[in-house]
Amino acid sequence: MSTVAPTRDVDGPPAPTGRVTRVLRRPEVGAAVAALAILIFFTAVADQFLTPSGVGTWLNSASRFGIMAVAVAMLMIGGEFDLSAGAMTGATGLLVGVTTTGFGLNVWVAVLLALVVALAIGALNGVLVVRTGLPSFIVTLGTFFVLQGLDLALVKLVYGQVAVQGFAKVPNFDSVRPLFGGVIEVGGASISVSVLWFLAVTAVATLVLLRTRAGNWVFAVGGAQDSARATGVPVARTKIGLFMTTAAAGWLVGMISLFQSSTVQSSTGVGDEFIYIICAVVGGCLLTGGYGSAVGAALGALIYGMTRQGVVYAGWDSNWLYAFLGVMLLAAVLVNNWVRTRAERMR
Amino acid sequence: MTTDTTAPLIEVTDLGKTYGSVVALRGVTTTVRAGQVTCVLGDNGAGKSTFIKILAGAHEHSEGTYRVDGVEQHMSSPRDALALGIATVFQDLAVVPLMPVWRNFFLGSELRKGPFGMLDVGLMKQTAKDEMAAMGIDLRDVDQPIGTLSGGERQCVAIARAVHLGARVLILDEPTAALGVRQSGVVLRYIAAARERGLGVVFITHNPHHAYPVGDRFLVLRRGRSIAEREKAEVSRDELTTLMSGGAELDALAHELERDPLLG
Repeated sequence: MSTVAPTRDVDGPPAPTGRVTRVLRRPEVGAAVAALAILIFFTAVADQFLTPSGVGTWLNSASRFGIMAVAVAMLMIGGEFDLSAGAMTGATGLLVGVTTTGFGLNVWVAVLLALVVALAIGALNGVLVVRTGLPSFIVTLGTFFVLQGLDLALVKLVYGQVAVQGFAKVPNFDSVRPLFGGVIEVGGASISVSVLWFLAVTAVATLVLLRTRAGNWVFAVGGAQDSARATGVPVARTKIGLFMTTAAAGWLVGMISLFQSSTVQSSTGVGDEFIYIICAVVGGCLLTGGYGSAVGAALGALIYGMTRQGVVYAGWDSNWLYAFLGVMLLAAVLVNNWVRTRAERMR
Repeated sequence: MTTDTTAPLIEVTDLGKTYGSVVALRGVTTTVRAGQVTCVLGDNGAGKSTFIKILAGAHEHSEGTYRVDGVEQHMSSPRDALALGIATVFQDLAVVPLMPVWRNFFLGSELRKGPFGMLDVGLMKQTAKDEMAAMGIDLRDVDQPIGTLSGGERQCVAIARAVHLGARVLILDEPTAALGVRQSGVVLRYIAAARERGLGVVFITHNPHHAYPVGDRFLVLRRGRSIAEREKAEVSRDELTTLMSGGAELDALAHELERDPLLG
């Protein structure tokens, strides 16, 4: 019907988008390059690094941070933070530890109860943020302190100390353990089940973000909330769902660390919330929301896991890890900032 | 161009709106027909935004009648208007700058397939590309973030989206206000394209030089009142300009108009 000739004038002829540009447009490219560089670096300086047992160790470390980093990345793409994510891993572990060793609750029931509690706390975080319009940074900082306080006070009240003991002796421990704390032998390497969880979580998160309606909504609420609302996206539901997802991931990591070590302390997970955010940012997530990827966050966690173990294998003072983290974070933020100004550039 | 060949999609008679004792709009009568452009002209504070808020369903009118397809309506939310096929493209466009064009195009109305309700990415990309092409926009890549498009192009994506999602009447709130002359020309072309596709268009502007070339009917508002409602045949560009405000400042705009190839 239209008689209007196709035009795309305005600023000159259209330039084709090359394959290189397409690849560089992905948020996780920087993290992939950095991960490869770090792998090569530590393989060169530490003999143990690329041995089967070495790989198993840093993969396990990366997986526990990676599961959370992926969930936190989704939340950050949705424009929010969760500072209670680290404390959540401790709180869920403690809940299972205390109810089973202290009150004789069945382990399976305790594990499910912890999931329900985690989802409820996540929903509370979400509802508070959505209803009040306060920055999630503040709301979840509050939740973080509440959880940290309860972790210490309640456990002390029950045991008179801040760690759960004798968890490995509770009935049915062995029936749950393979699910969260199991180890699989693959060609001489001991790979934790947590690595499989890590892969599964990353794959599902990627699929949800890029191939579902919910994923579309996550990018939209983080990128331009008012525009999302105007086009009919259920902003509140999307954000509450994201907080619940992060809480559920906290539960999963809590179970993994509980069943791997058979013990849990009140301080477990405290401070890790910033590591998750760093992994997500190194993986290409913008702090302002609306941009990032699950694969990027997973690569960020891999970088963290490799460096953490690499520093040990190389025989260096482990405090170098933090200096390194700081440099990575700054570099990532600078790169992301540059990417965003290019992507957002309005003509 | 004759104006009575099609039944009016929208017909307002003596439409008015008061907020308490403040009269924001009074005595507005006009029609919007399929395949025609009704221009609403007026300076800032003339009542344009009150008028479109009533048409868009955001505010309910307090006087007169508002008929859609001949049936009187009292709308209380933009959703009511959308259900009747009346879509409004506001100045901020409701786009997410960092998201690809195709995702923006279908945001809130995503196409899904399969048992798990996965996005039908291929169909969505192709549809977005085709719809844009039908509006005369040749996008090299629907995967680019919409923020990288020019202001005029983004406006056009928003228009094409509204058309695709079933709009019969398109209300455009000052689409050319923030644009330069060339970009404005691009947007005017797409307004013409929407008209060619048989849509009724309500084009709000304070610039008679943008309104005249595409308009079929002109409604001029001043201080909340309708001071003129004319068909194109009844009014010349100069008369329209004079109705709007008149004065020497418009000579400069007339100059701008002469050089716009669209108006030749």
